[in-house]
Amino acid sequence: MFGWEFPPYHNGGLGVACEGLTKALSKQEVDVIFVLPKKNKYSVDYLKFIYAEETTPIHKKYFVNSILREYSTENSYGAEIFEGENSFLYANSLIDEVERFALIGGQIAGEEEFDVIHAHDWLTYRAGVAAKRVSGKKLVIHVHATGMDQCGGQNPDPVVFEIEKGAMEAADQIIAVSNLTKKRIIDHYGISGDKINVVHNAAEFSDYIEKEMHELEKYKKIVLYLGRISIQKGPDYFVSMAKKVIEHCPDTVFIVVGSGDMNNQMIRQVAKLGIADKFIFTGWIRDRHEIQQMFKMAYIYIMPSVSEPFGLVALESMHLGTPVLMSHQSGASEVAVNALKTNFWDIDEMTDKVVSVLKHPALGRTLSQNGKAEVEKITWDEPASKVKNIYNKMIEVTC
Amino acid sequence: MVSVCFYFQIHQPYRVRKYSIFDIGNRSDYFSDSSGTKLDNKWIIDKIAKKCYFPTNAVLLELLNKYPEFKICYSFSGVYLEQLEECAPEVLESFKKLVDTGRVEILAETYYHSLSFMYSKGEFREQIKLHTQLIKRIFGVTPEVFRNTELAYSNELALEIEAMGYKGIIAEGWEHFLDGKSPNYVYRPKGAKRIKVLTKNYKLSDDLAFRFSNKGWCEWPLDVPRYTSWINSVNGNGDTINLFMDYETFGEHQWADTGIFEFLRAFPGEVLKHPDNDFKTPSEVIDAYPDRGEYDVPYVLSWADMERDLSAWNGNDIQKSAIEKIYSLGHQVLKTRDPELIHVWRKLQTSDHFYYMCTKYFSDGDVHKYFNPYDSPYDAFISFMNVIQDLEIRLKRYSSVEKTAVLHTPEGLNKGSNISEKIYKVNRVSSKEVLNEN
Repeated sequence: MFGWEFPPYHNGGLGVACEGLTKALSKQEVDVIFVLPKKNKYSVDYLKFIYAEETTPIHKKYFVNSILREYSTENSYGAEIFEGENSFLYANSLIDEVERFALIGGQIAGEEEFDVIHAHDWLTYRAGVAAKRVSGKKLVIHVHATGMDQCGGQNPDPVVFEIEKGAMEAADQIIAVSNLTKKRIIDHYGISGDKINVVHNAAEFSDYIEKEMHELEKYKKIVLYLGRISIQKGPDYFVSMAKKVIEHCPDTVFIVVGSGDMNNQMIRQVAKLGIADKFIFTGWIRDRHEIQQMFKMAYIYIMPSVSEPFGLVALESMHLGTPVLMSHQSGASEVAVNALKTNFWDIDEMTDKVVSVLKHPALGRTLSQNGKAEVEKITWDEPASKVKNIYNKMIEVTC
Repeated sequence: MVSVCFYFQIHQPYRVRKYSIFDIGNRSDYFSDSSGTKLDNKWIIDKIAKKCYFPTNAVLLELLNKYPEFKICYSFSGVYLEQLEECAPEVLESFKKLVDTGRVEILAETYYHSLSFMYSKGEFREQIKLHTQLIKRIFGVTPEVFRNTELAYSNELALEIEAMGYKGIIAEGWEHFLDGKSPNYVYRPKGAKRIKVLTKNYKLSDDLAFRFSNKGWCEWPLDVPRYTSWINSVNGNGDTINLFMDYETFGEHQWADTGIFEFLRAFPGEVLKHPDNDFKTPSEVIDAYPDRGEYDVPYVLSWADMERDLSAWNGNDIQKSAIEKIYSLGHQVLKTRDPELIHVWRKLQTSDHFYYMCTKYFSDGDVHKYFNPYDSPYDAFISFMNVIQDLEIRLKRYSSVEKTAVLHTPEGLNKGSNISEKIYKVNRVSSKEVLNEN
């Protein structure tokens, strides 16, 4: 299995999903070799980790030292390189790194024993395809996100698109994290629906450690945005909604946790609408407990994504008892029932729902109780057994 | 001797349209969805008329003409009849034809199909009175037996109904309270002197209402002789078999292609083959048979779910807050003496609004168990509470012009409609009495 991040060293939902899935697979007696670009101290006993950076390629004496992140784009990758933190780097192109990971992926495939290859998202697809070529084993690619989602559906990065399309064509089976994603693969990448399996993510989260009420929470009603600030996530719709909510509930504060290429644009929009005094921008918060506290403080968490393949964070919010308003354009909306849902562009409808939660405590309470209870039932056991069936199906065909 | 006692429940609420915060203060047409979908009240009545009301009425009229011994009973909600008068008078005419045979009884209930007994006794009594007036006006008869919304029943309710002069009341026949007794006898509510209670035989009722088309049921496909043999077997150990069900069982819940109409058509003849069987209406059953002991229901019993309680209507926080809110406005609303406003407030008491907010089975993915015209229980709550806020704004306008309120001609009153004018008069008089009682 090829991945690029694993908790606790992860940025996005993908690491969380890989952890949940592999743990449940191991319970179902599937042995997983997990290939990561970079070495870290993982305290996991159910996986065999292989780190690409420790593998010396036969042809070239270099290793993959990666700052690969789930949603890195060429632009943000360039920016991170110059932040200085990653001075160890030699590569200056994300695509180059993907190619190197592929090269080593192929090599590892020649050295290890396994039955199927499983690659998570576009950064590892090349490695998966290379491993298939070298070993002749079947490949399943797991589509947690597509380049098409990240750009909000318009003008995807052509290189990323080519990598995705190539892998989708080469793969024997495809796993999509939602029907929405499946549809996207069919519509935008021209792949036959026959080999696409929908396996929804589950949601198993650590328990919350109760903290004292934050000062802000005592006087204001908090509405939360948490995620990358980029076109895919709909931050502009969040701000338009905020403007209207304030007209009905002036006591509201909007907290924005995260950062991204639309950071400045979002701040400008807030200022232009004259509601800057109602907004708090925190940037990224890395501490899990602090993030949990953010959710706990909030009356409601909004996920107005334009295109969200899954959106695990919405389920995490429910787990913490914070009501969620998510867009219909998110995979999580296919799973969660005790949540509010609107179209991402329907500002009035979004406002109506948020104001209702702010005004009627009973609504927030009911969503909270039922949402929490619902998420508790969504374990990784079912998705893992679906994945295992896909493995078995591929192995049988080989025999 | 065993009597088959049919009673059919017929009700349709005024569903609240999608009503957002942006509508508050701007529009007060809460029930006016005309989208031709599941919140469009007229569209729903038309749809069910085709599938259920017309064909079932036709079968029943045919049966009443063919078998002089055949008898049935209806419980119509007031809001249902009102909607028929407004948008489907031909359906109403076909019901009148049935009642004109003289072998169709009509039960008393709350006009607005409300759970007012739990929240305001004065309001409860008033709604029964309004219903009685409506039945008298449309069908020319006066009900003698009472049935409460959702079959909600308790000792306390039975005594209240006895005090109002009814001779009988309908309840679920639930083992827990029957305490080893059969539902197929007439009982006396605990503490009652005169009134009798008829208990629903839910097994035989649900065989038709719920299981008839269920292919996984061991008795499927159910035929008339077998079903009738279960009825015959009660002979000697029961007086009455109370088959109580939603009228929509015929054609709507059980579609025509399940054979439900053929079943209904063949049923009376089969029952009457047995010389000791007959058909009776609820009040005839009460007159014919003595009570066989006491039915003791200390807390509220309903028809619904395994719990047989009201948790599908007031079990969660949003339901509780919505239902408490609507009743808390009672005094203010009645004080306006604005018939239209009072009518609207009462339409919002209809139990269906709160049922749509039920989340009990929603989480289990069993969403189809509870039919819901809204996308979610939360959406139902949001529209409802927005409507309440608009209603409160209208009430505030009244309190600022309180003195002139009595002379106010209600805006939005549909002048062309008979029913509205009648409601206008009825609600105008009634508000005063409820105010006094409360």
